[in-house]
Formats: sequence, structure tokens, C-alpha cells
Amino acid sequence: MSVVHPAGPAAATIATLWWVLLAGAVAIFGLVMGLLALAFRPRESTGGDRVWIVGLGLVFPLAVLGSLLAYGLVVGERLLPREAPDLVTVRAEGRQWAWSFSYADAPDRVTEGVLHIPAGRPVDVEITTVDVIHSFWVPRLAGKLDAIPGHVNRLRIEAWAPGEYAGVSSEYSGPGYREHVFTVRAHDAEGWSAFLAGGTP
Amino acid sequence: MNALQRHRALTRIWASEPGWTGWLTTVNHNDLGRMFLVAAATFFGIGGLLAMLIRAQLASPRSAFMGPEVYNQVFTMHGTIMMFLFAIPLFEGLTVYLLPKMLGTRDLAFPRLGAYGFWCYVFGGSMLVLSLLAGVAPDSGWFMYPPLSSSLGSPGINSDVWLIGITFVEISAISAAVEVVVTILRYRAPGMSLDRMPIFAWYMLVVAVMILTGFPPMILGSILLELERAFGMPFFQVAEGGDSLLWQHLFWLFGHPEVYIIFLPAAGVVSTILPVMARRTLMGYGWIVGAAVSLGVLSFGLWVHHMFTTGIPHMGLAFFSAASTLVAVPTAVQIFAWIGTLWTGRPQLRLPMLWILAFFATFVIGGLTGVMVAVVPFDWQVHDTHFVVAHLHYVLVGGFVFPMLAAIYYWLPHMTGRRRFFRLGETAFWLIVVGFHVTFLAVHWVGLLGQRRRTETYEPGQGWEIINLVSSIGGFVTAIGFGLVLVDVVVNAAVAIRGSRDPWGAGTLEWAMPTPPPAYNFASLPEVRGRDPLYDDPDLPVRIARGEGFLGTPRGNLRETLTVDVASGRAAHHVVLPGNTALPIVMALVTGGAFVGMLLKLYWLVPLAALGVIILAIRWVWTLGSRTDLGPQDVGRGLALPAAPEVEDPPGWWGTLFLLIADATLFGSLLFGYAFLWTVAPNWPPPAYLEPGALMPALAGAGALLAVLGPRVAERGLRRSGQAGAGLGLTLAGAVGAAVAAGLAIRGAADPQAHAYDATVWVLGGYVLFHAVLLALMVGVLGARAWAGFLSPLRYGELRILRLWADYGAAATVLGLAAAGLPGALT
Repeated sequence: MSVVHPAGPAAATIATLWWVLLAGAVAIFGLVMGLLALAFRPRESTGGDRVWIVGLGLVFPLAVLGSLLAYGLVVGERLLPREAPDLVTVRAEGRQWAWSFSYADAPDRVTEGVLHIPAGRPVDVEITTVDVIHSFWVPRLAGKLDAIPGHVNRLRIEAWAPGEYAGVSSEYSGPGYREHVFTVRAHDAEGWSAFLAGGTP
Repeated sequence: MNALQRHRALTRIWASEPGWTGWLTTVNHNDLGRMFLVAAATFFGIGGLLAMLIRAQLASPRSAFMGPEVYNQVFTMHGTIMMFLFAIPLFEGLTVYLLPKMLGTRDLAFPRLGAYGFWCYVFGGSMLVLSLLAGVAPDSGWFMYPPLSSSLGSPGINSDVWLIGITFVEISAISAAVEVVVTILRYRAPGMSLDRMPIFAWYMLVVAVMILTGFPPMILGSILLELERAFGMPFFQVAEGGDSLLWQHLFWLFGHPEVYIIFLPAAGVVSTILPVMARRTLMGYGWIVGAAVSLGVLSFGLWVHHMFTTGIPHMGLAFFSAASTLVAVPTAVQIFAWIGTLWTGRPQLRLPMLWILAFFATFVIGGLTGVMVAVVPFDWQVHDTHFVVAHLHYVLVGGFVFPMLAAIYYWLPHMTGRRRFFRLGETAFWLIVVGFHVTFLAVHWVGLLGQRRRTETYEPGQGWEIINLVSSIGGFVTAIGFGLVLVDVVVNAAVAIRGSRDPWGAGTLEWAMPTPPPAYNFASLPEVRGRDPLYDDPDLPVRIARGEGFLGTPRGNLRETLTVDVASGRAAHHVVLPGNTALPIVMALVTGGAFVGMLLKLYWLVPLAALGVIILAIRWVWTLGSRTDLGPQDVGRGLALPAAPEVEDPPGWWGTLFLLIADATLFGSLLFGYAFLWTVAPNWPPPAYLEPGALMPALAGAGALLAVLGPRVAERGLRRSGQAGAGLGLTLAGAVGAAVAAGLAIRGAADPQAHAYDATVWVLGGYVLFHAVLLALMVGVLGARAWAGFLSPLRYGELRILRLWADYGAAATVLGLAAAGLPGALT
């Protein structure tokens, strides 16, 4: 379930983003606290309005935030579902309190509570709901995206390696919310072909 | 008249009634401010108790303490109480108490409105707490997303309690905001130009305007959702042309400004206290005013950052991401201006300063995690996890509760007239600050490890157990600290030794009076020549008490004060404020009848209560004004000012103006919602549009025209010949025309359950109809007042108020009915 133990490219990019954000935040926090502490030392009074307000208040945050914003935008663009040659499309339909998954490559297969995907290939999940709002989230693979009545949202996920990854609904949906969970099972190439061919997962 | 005689005479005029009835009938801001503070602190206690239940539940995995049904009510009510019944009323209470004193005046602009708001808050809040005791409290989360909160997800009464109770409570926010804006703009000490105002007043001006423009979208959303739940009007149901995302837009259009509505008063407190603690004046007054205003403006441009995971296109998100990070800039301006103030002053580590330091440490972390979640991809991971829970607690506790604790300790000597003697406050400080950081640093971490918010328990084996346990222990330590603050405040208020006036050496006017403050604040109103009147003239309190300022000679039973010109602060009008009355509490009770009728589906009670409110409102306005021409009033120091009933912009005109700004925002939100459904909701266009025909547009146009003309003709007639009748008749005809046109629109969209479009037409028509009926009622009342002698060629100000309502009603008629009818006319 951990955001900082990624198992796919999207989650890894965001985990890196987090460590950058954390380092920057710690540095800025240290700077502000240091300046605050120094105000209490015995000294001659120093610093005009200009240094404090224009320098530290305006220029400093504008520079930091500008670069951060650019970084965030680039990362966000990279994570968008784009055309890819080996793309797999699946559909996730939420309801209180279960998930059904269907597959573009195997139109008559529907699985309950377990989403099958091939490992090492980009997968687009088309997310929707039949009742209230839910959210599709597999923390080790990617960020979350909401399932909203009447809308279909598309999320790109990918797992580096075969295995099982925990998924949860992460939009509060009433009494059964805690148990509104699912599993993503990433297969190797053989396993995926077997699954599509109708083999028992 | 010596100072003591003046004190006795003024106290007799301004004090509340003796005995317990005094609490129910008081309209004095000294009482109401304290009552707001006590009520808010009580709700904080209840909300805090719920927080402890949550932490007890989460302390261990697979906890059987609460099941999901109970837990869902507990966390929903914790958020709801802290946001709506604690944070906003607390700063309102502080403002109600302090603002007139800082501005150098005797009371707020509309004392009875303030009392009415207070009682609406208490009654509405009690409804919510009672529902918790009855086990039917709201359980859809404090932001109430439909369809979960609508009939589909919550068939019981729980959601209705939230929608109806909170809307009832919001009456108090709107009325306090109107009162605060008008007070700041008009009710100041003579000579206090805008640039000499205490910085707190600037902050509160921004906050009050934000309340007037930030709350209406949510009030509208609540009305629409309740209409959907009660009458099946499908605004949020996708199959009938609604869209659940509409609620999220309306809610966060309120919800994000709300964060700054809560933060800015706290920043105003810091800007007031910190320079005093640093023994200098605030660095960069103009910059700080600019920062507060730009925060207010920017905060309306970033509501979508609560909706980064709803599937809005990435470039759209980029705009809101930029706005969300940009909002850190004016915050940084303030933070560094404060640190610069400390660097260039000689700061002392007294208890209020300790709390401000805790504010810095906590709020900066909250701000930094705020920038993190403003970065879209990161938000995709942590949205709806405990990381966001930790972030919002850092912002709200660090950015609001800690400064408010500084405020409590700073102004406690003012409220009690006592010096702090027992030193529990320092112990409480360390318990709260350390406890808080232990609790919520842990919550960040467990959020990153994947724990979702709003789950009532969790399975062991995910590395969450120890973190949650540590967090819960920190939470209990924090709670003990808050308990200690309560004991400290009560003990020091009750038994500590008498203190001196102005114990901190501050320069603002609230310290230019005896403490605890007399009911009238100032024995005479000082003339102000700078930002810190007490630094400019240390003898000012004595000269005020000697009656050397304005209005130093009490007259009869009159609660006299004066208003100033908005920008220059030149003395402008003489005003007599209303005295103690049970009207506000009775009116709040009757208003509550309408809300209870809606809640319990006793719909017959609603029109009955509305009739009661109308009768009481007429009684309310009947006590205002004058039946004789007054002429200029002597206010002392050789100055005579026009009396408020004889000016063209009486206080009521200003109050109406700002109330209409809130009204217009509500209407604008309705048009926004209509456009949103039109463009985004999947099941559009509707099966059929309203056929406007020729009659409805003609009636609407003619009605609007007459409504605009009527009050102008009435004023002309009154000032020339003392006759307003013809003009009032025209206005009435206009109101009738608009009402009939609105009725035709509603009839044209026969079934409001069929499609969100039809439901919207009903609401547009209903809105126009409501304003037309209101206008007709006002014309009736003004006619009666003209007949009773309240109007004269000199006393025409009330017609100006009518004119504001008529102009607004005309604009709403034309816009609203055009929006309803144009699609049908064009297709």
C-alpha cells in the first residue's frame, strides 16, 4: 500500500517527486526557523523592509514555486495516458462495495475484485461507477482517479514485474468503504495470454 | 459632568438588562462577543471529544470500539463542528468583541442583526449536536458529496440535518459579515482614515467580503441538494441531466476561500500582537494590506485543487495548480514581514509570543505540505489519505488555533481586567505544541504508507500500528493541554489580581478604556491622528474619560454614535443605535421553525414561520427612523452632523448593499451551475425547453422597468411635494409584473423532477418570485411608514434602500427569466 515503495513507472516518478518536495520543504522550514531564532539574539537591529518583504517575501517564493510548478507540470504530462504500441485497455466499474473489471482484449471476461494486467506493458483503466463516487487507487503502481457517475475517466498504470498489488477505493462511500478493496494481478507474457484465452487466473 | 457621572449615565444607557433576561435581550457587542466566544469554545469541546473518539478508535488495528455507522457520524461531525460551529464563530466572536473598540466606536453597525445571527448560530448548532445524540447525525463526510449524500446513498434524515442545520447556521456568518463590513467602512473614530486603520480591521474587511462572496455558492448547493432530496429535483443525478460534479464545484467554490476566511483573522491577530511583543510597529503595513487583499482574491481561483482526481483535463488542472502555488506568495510576504518586524524590534518571549512562535513552526509546515499537494501528480497519490488529513490539521490548527490562543492570552486581561497570576498556561503550551506535532507528523507518515482517511479501522501487518498508536497518544496529550488552557483561563478570569490598563504597552484604541470594558466602550469618541493613537498621545484614555472627545454628553436614553466618511474618516453622520430587545431571539426562534419544518417534513410549518418572520421584520423596521425632522445634531467639540434618518445613505442602505452582494453571488452561482450542467453533464439537452411565448418576456421587461422607475418617481415626489404614493404604486406594479412572469416560467416547465433543466427553471423562477414578493412587501411597509409619518422631504433615505432592492430585483428578473427562456426561444 505504500506510496514510497513504487512498483511501476508512474508511482516511481511520483515517489521521486515526493523526495524532492520533502528535501525542499525541510530546507525552507530550516531557513524560516533559523531566521526566527536569530531574531531573539541580542544585537543591533538590522534589515530594511526591502530585504524582508521584496527579497524574501516575493522574489524567493516566486523563484522556488516557479521551478516547482514547471517540474510538477512536466511530471504530470509524462503520466498522462498517451498512445503506445503495446497498450492494453481494461475497464473498472465501481459499486457499493465491489469492483468489476472487464477487458478490451477478451470482451466476454468479467472478473470481480481482481484486475488482471500484463506486467511491463502500459495499461489504461477506464474508470466509472454505477452508484456513488468511488476512486480507483493502486498506490504502488500509480496515483488515483475518481469513478464518477455518468463519466468515464482514464488512468495509465504499469507494473514492472509480475505479482499482486493491493488496490483500494479511495473516495469515501459509506459504511462498506473500508472493505471496498481489490487486487491487481500482473502476469508475465505467458500468464497474460493464458488469462485472455480463458484460463483460470 | 465629571467622569464618574458620565460613566454612570452611559452605563445605564448601554448596559444589558440586569438578571438572566439580560443574556436573551442584549444587543451590545461586549456581551455578544463574549457569548460567541463561549459558544464557540463549547462546540470546540464537543468537536475535540469527537476527535478523541477517532484517535481512540484508530489507536489499534481491528478496533471494535466503533462500527462504521457510528464512526462515519463521528468523523463527519468532527469536521462539520470544527469548521462551521467552532472556527468561524470563534473569530466572529473575537471580532464582534474587539472591532468597535479598535475602531474607536461604541458598538457594531447593526446590533440587533448581530444578536439575531448569534441566536441562529446557537439554535442551528444545537440541532446538529442533538442529531448526534439521537444517532441520526450526518454521516457522508463534511463535504457531503452526492450521490452518497443524496437520496440514493443516504435515504435517512442524516444528510437533511447537515444541509438544513448548516444553512441555518450560515445566517449568522452572513449577518456578521454584513455588520463587520459596514462597521469597518463607516463606524470609526473621526480622523481614522483607511490608511490609519488598525491592521486587524483591514484583515477583517477582507474576510467579511470573502464571507459574502464565498458562502453563497455553498448555501445554493445546500438548497439544491435539499430540493433534490426532498422533492426529487435532479440537480446531481446523472440520469436526469444532473451531475454530481456540480456539487463539488459549488462546495469547493466555498470551501477553499473558507480556508483563508479562517486563516486571515488569525493572521490579523498575529499582525496585531507580534509588533507589540517586538516593541515596534508592524513592518510593511501597506504590503501586508496588499497581501491580505491578494490572498482574498487568489483564494477564489483555486477551488479545483480539491478536485485534482476527478478527471479534469491536465491543462485545466495546471491553471489551478499554478494558482494554488501562487497563493503561497502573499503568505510568504506576511511571514517575512513578521520575521522582519521581530529582527528590527526587541522581541520578548511572553506567552502570546510563544503561541505565535508555535504558529510559525506549525503553519509553515502546513503551508509547505500545501504546496506539495498543489503539485498535481503528488496529489494523485496522497488525495484522500491521512497525509491530507495531517496537512489540513497543520494549516487549521497551526494557522488558526495557535494564533487564537495567542489572542486569548493577549486580550484576556482586557476582558477580565486581571493579570494572569497562575502559570498553567506555559505547561499547557508545551503539552499542546508537542502533542500536536507528535500526532500529526505521524499522520503524514501513515498517509504516505497508504492509510486512507475515513476508514474506521485497519488490518495489522502494513506497518501502521505503531504510528497510529503514537499519533493517538500525542492526540491525548494535546487534549490534556487544551483542558489545562480552559482551567487556566477560568481560574485567571475568576480569581487573579487586578491588572493595569494596557499591560502589553500596545498602541491601539481597545486599550484606551478601563478594563473590563464598560458597555459603552468610550465615554467620548477620540479624534485619531495616526495608526497607534496611544503611542501618539499616552494621555488619551484620561481625556476620553473626561469627555473631551465627541458625544461626551449623554442624552436621554439614546445609544449615540457617529459614522465617518469611508476613505478620509471625516465625521459624517449622527446615529442612534437600538437598545435591548427580545426581537432578535424571537425572530431566530421563528426562523428556526421554518428550518425544523423542512427537516421534519412538516411543510405546513414553513409558510407559517415565514409569515412570523415577516411580521417580526415589520416590527423590527418600525422602531427605526424618526417621525419628525431632526435637523443637524450636536456631537460636541462644536460640531453638528446630519442625523442618520435624514441622509441619502443611512446605515441600512450600506447593509443592504453588502447583503445584495451576497445575494448576487448566490444568483451568479446558480447561473454558473446552469451553464456547468449545460456544458458538462452527460444527459443534455433536455427532452424539451420552456416555450417562453410573448407574454412572459413582455411582463418581465415591463415589470423590471417599472421596478426601476418606481422608487425614483417616489423619491422625486417625496422631495418635491411630500408624496411618495405614485412612485410606490409603480414599484408595486413592477413587482407584480415580475412575479407573474416568474409564475409563467415555472408553469412552463411543468415537471421539475423530469430533468435538471426543468428543475433549474423552477429555481430561477422561484428566485425571481421571491424577490418580487419581497419588493412588494417592502412597498407595502414603506407605504404604511409614509402614512405614519416616517417619510418627509428631508427623510427620504428609506426610498434609497427600496431603490437598491428594486434595481436588484429588476436585474434578477431580466437575467433569470432570460436564462430560463432563451434556449426555448432560440430553438
